[in-house]
Amino acid sequence: MSSKEVACFLSYDVTGVPWQNIEFKPVSRVVFTSCSLHLTGMADESLFDFLHMEIVSHIYKEQQSSKGELDNKDRAVCVSVLESMGFRVGQGLIERLTRDSPSFKDELDVMKFVCKDFWTKVFRRQVDNLRTNHQGTYVLQDNKFSLLTQLSSGKQYLDQAPKYLAFSCGVVRGALSNLGLDSVVTAEVSVMPSCKFQVVIQKL
Amino acid sequence: MSRQSNRTTDSKKMNSELFTLTYGALVTQLCKDYENDEEVNKQLDKMGYNIGVRLIEDFLARSSIGRCQDFRETADVIAKVAFKMYLGVTPSVTNWSPAGDEFSLILENNPLVDFVELPDNHSTLVYSNLLCGVLRGALEMVQMAVDVRFAQDTLRGDNVTEIRMKFIKRIEENLPAGDE
Repeated sequence: MSSKEVACFLSYDVTGVPWQNIEFKPVSRVVFTSCSLHLTGMADESLFDFLHMEIVSHIYKEQQSSKGELDNKDRAVCVSVLESMGFRVGQGLIERLTRDSPSFKDELDVMKFVCKDFWTKVFRRQVDNLRTNHQGTYVLQDNKFSLLTQLSSGKQYLDQAPKYLAFSCGVVRGALSNLGLDSVVTAEVSVMPSCKFQVVIQKL
Repeated sequence: MSRQSNRTTDSKKMNSELFTLTYGALVTQLCKDYENDEEVNKQLDKMGYNIGVRLIEDFLARSSIGRCQDFRETADVIAKVAFKMYLGVTPSVTNWSPAGDEFSLILENNPLVDFVELPDNHSTLVYSNLLCGVLRGALEMVQMAVDVRFAQDTLRGDNVTEIRMKFIKRIEENLPAGDE
């Protein structure tokens, strides 16, 4: 643990492996490149929110139309479709964001970038808390996750939350993929709009 | 080369990519799910409609625009306020029909199609058809039935993107409008 990482506290999970809270320092990284200057319009944030909700609605309606009720297998298909859409978007986004950036020195460096620069670009704020067991598992906590704030605060519609997180999990997985990290990304919500993304880096 | 700009411009601009990439992923997925371009166009229009009926509330809340007196005023509000607010572009309003019930919105640049190219086997795909549905759905919520279609599309080789809007009729207030 470098002396730069201040105020970390160790907590232990059930296996006794110590988890560490990671601080991210301001990253002086190039975010905009000259290529982004030719983007002609600036779409409003709300457009994405509306589009995303409608996409979720569409995917579930389509799956339902042939059957009436959705069973778990159908729901898994919907989640999978949303996740893979998010994956492609995540790849595209990270490509634009890191075009002129220097390469990352290690896995933790990548995760910090995701929590700070990438999260700000995509989800309009930084991750509130990053924890890791230093064995390839990271938990990213966002207390006001932008795709959930419109749904509810508290416990209402909690069972709906997974539908609205599938795409985002894909976005994170896609971003990491283009940064050279294969991962499995899942999300968990207990109180909206706070959300925890678990990233497990797959070792080859 | 890094660029320092003010924070609000940055965050809104950054989200343009998220929106356009997501839209692209949607069109790609629809092309996979449906056999032909016509069906994809229809789905885009339907989804746009569902978005439009909700977007209008957001628009009215944020713009504090009052009721439009006539279709000409509606056209101006759409071009100068709505497009500006949501897509950051201001189309020009032209080609009014003699009866004043039809006009065109001309977009030099369509933000939806940044970095997009249509493959050869999708020549009848109206990539941005979601916009037509959005406009139709939004206007229906303010009691106007309109027909909206793309007359020109830069993705299909035209110089500009032209959206043609035609006023059909006034909708009675007590008719419920639902999702399609």
